[in-house]
Amino acid sequence: MARAVSTRRKLFFTALSWTIAFLIFFPVLWTVLTSFKTEGEAVSIPPTFLFFDWTLENYAVVQERSDYVKFAMNSVYLALGSTLLALLIAIPAAWAMAFAPGKRTKDLLMWMLSTKMMPPVGALIPLYLVFRDLKLLDSHVGIIIVLMLLNLPIIIWMLYTYFKEIPGEILEASRMDGASIGKELIYVLAPMAVPGIASTVLLNIILAWNESFWTLTLTTKDAAPLTQFIASYSSPEGLFWAKLSAASTMAIAPILVLGWFAQKQLVRGLTFGAVK
Amino acid sequence: MATQQTRSIGRIAVAPSVLALFLWMIVPLAMTIWFSFLRYNLLDSNPACSLMTPAALLDEANRCLAGTTNYYYFLTDPAFFKAMRNSLLLVFWVLVISVAGGTLLALLLDQAIYGRNIVRLMVIAPFFVMPTVSALVWKNMMMHPVQGFLAWITKSMGLGAIDWFAHYPMTAIVIMVSWQWLPFATLIILTALQSFDEEQKEAAQMDGTPPFSFFWYMIVPHLARPVTVVILIETIFLLNVFAEIYVSGSGGRAGNLPFLVYQYGLISNDIGGASAGGIVAVVLANIVAFFLMRMIGKNLEG
Repeated sequence: MARAVSTRRKLFFTALSWTIAFLIFFPVLWTVLTSFKTEGEAVSIPPTFLFFDWTLENYAVVQERSDYVKFAMNSVYLALGSTLLALLIAIPAAWAMAFAPGKRTKDLLMWMLSTKMMPPVGALIPLYLVFRDLKLLDSHVGIIIVLMLLNLPIIIWMLYTYFKEIPGEILEASRMDGASIGKELIYVLAPMAVPGIASTVLLNIILAWNESFWTLTLTTKDAAPLTQFIASYSSPEGLFWAKLSAASTMAIAPILVLGWFAQKQLVRGLTFGAVK
Repeated sequence: MATQQTRSIGRIAVAPSVLALFLWMIVPLAMTIWFSFLRYNLLDSNPACSLMTPAALLDEANRCLAGTTNYYYFLTDPAFFKAMRNSLLLVFWVLVISVAGGTLLALLLDQAIYGRNIVRLMVIAPFFVMPTVSALVWKNMMMHPVQGFLAWITKSMGLGAIDWFAHYPMTAIVIMVSWQWLPFATLIILTALQSFDEEQKEAAQMDGTPPFSFFWYMIVPHLARPVTVVILIETIFLLNVFAEIYVSGSGGRAGNLPFLVYQYGLISNDIGGASAGGIVAVVLANIVAFFLMRMIGKNLEG
């Protein structure tokens, strides 16, 4: 009897959560579906769900008209570039704070977190002008530096929480055996730290890919990533929903897939290790 | 463990990050403060009022210095009150919706259900959608008054179509931004729920604890920390919402503080005024951050 009730309960909760999840997911699903419709079909009322003439035409048109590949490559450059640059200076910092903490380490970490609270508009005007004068507007280097600084606190925090979990005794043992700091880093710490670093990279790529304050204000064409590519669809010419959907699908698909794999890391990274 | 040697190496290792973040925080802010006291318009024929020629600037200081005029104009601009109101409304409503909705949804998804992983994937998806995409998808495909999906639903139910972005731009933005952040809150709270000790649950059941007491005395305290974290992080991001408003073209009526500063600076080329606005935004963020850090300090210790 108890079993029957619990099965019914399970079915009820299953139905309820599938319904809610479907509603939340619907705009994404709808975008993907619309991207395979013709423009006429895309705006038809009542809307068509699965039984329409599937076409790939929109994808070709989007590539031809607004050069998706160029923007996508820019997104890749910016996301990877800023992540690598940030790792370069974040790994030593996180390593030092995790293994040789001083009295001020906690304060330092909190201070780093607080830099995230600085609203970007407080820095927008000078950055825009400095970039303009240094010819960094719409350049890869400029945006990479900005994105790197933007996510550096999150990267340091995340690496710190991962490094903290590596037992310090192992490092000490290797030091006793006469390993130099360099060897200690490469042979002892690195293999244990790789999973944490990989998670950090994954999260940072997602954040950098979707960043749309600085990319919208500091890029126009040459270094413009997909955020800007989509924004160019905000002033429509004629029927454009199917094309917009194709462009949107291409802009979000890579990161959606990465994101689904990175759920756990996302929680940890964005909560600064407070929720695991 | 930390010897003198490792300590000094540690300092060197931390230095680049600290220096980079310090410069990132202090230089633009100092420049913004400086600009906010200047009569500095990019369209002005007087090129002396620009930072890149400091010597000329000092020469022309009298002509360029604006005193507190920029602040006066910014703070008495009716657009400022509207932007401020929109900023706070946006943060408030999205927080309410995402924290309340996220908690309920997380509690639901924590139950025994079939296909929880797939449900989770669907729920978390909106968080990975870039803001510019969600702005255009919601504005056109979902909320368009004629061909939008929501219009089709309300019309089939016999209600009229609603032109969301024309008549209720603020509501439209709140719905859109909540859609992006509800998954985040759900994911964090769900992760916390799943870390709840199974043995404690069983013990409570064996003791015959009523479900409500169990929820109130065990689950709620356990959720205090993740909910605090969600509020902190969402507030940081929500105060700075920009792309959704910019791309959906609702800056005129639903524009928040970041949008207003953008408008002053990059549209009207009024660098002085925009800088004053930027400083106002920084002060606002600091007031919010002050309370948040105190709250967090209590909850995050240990």
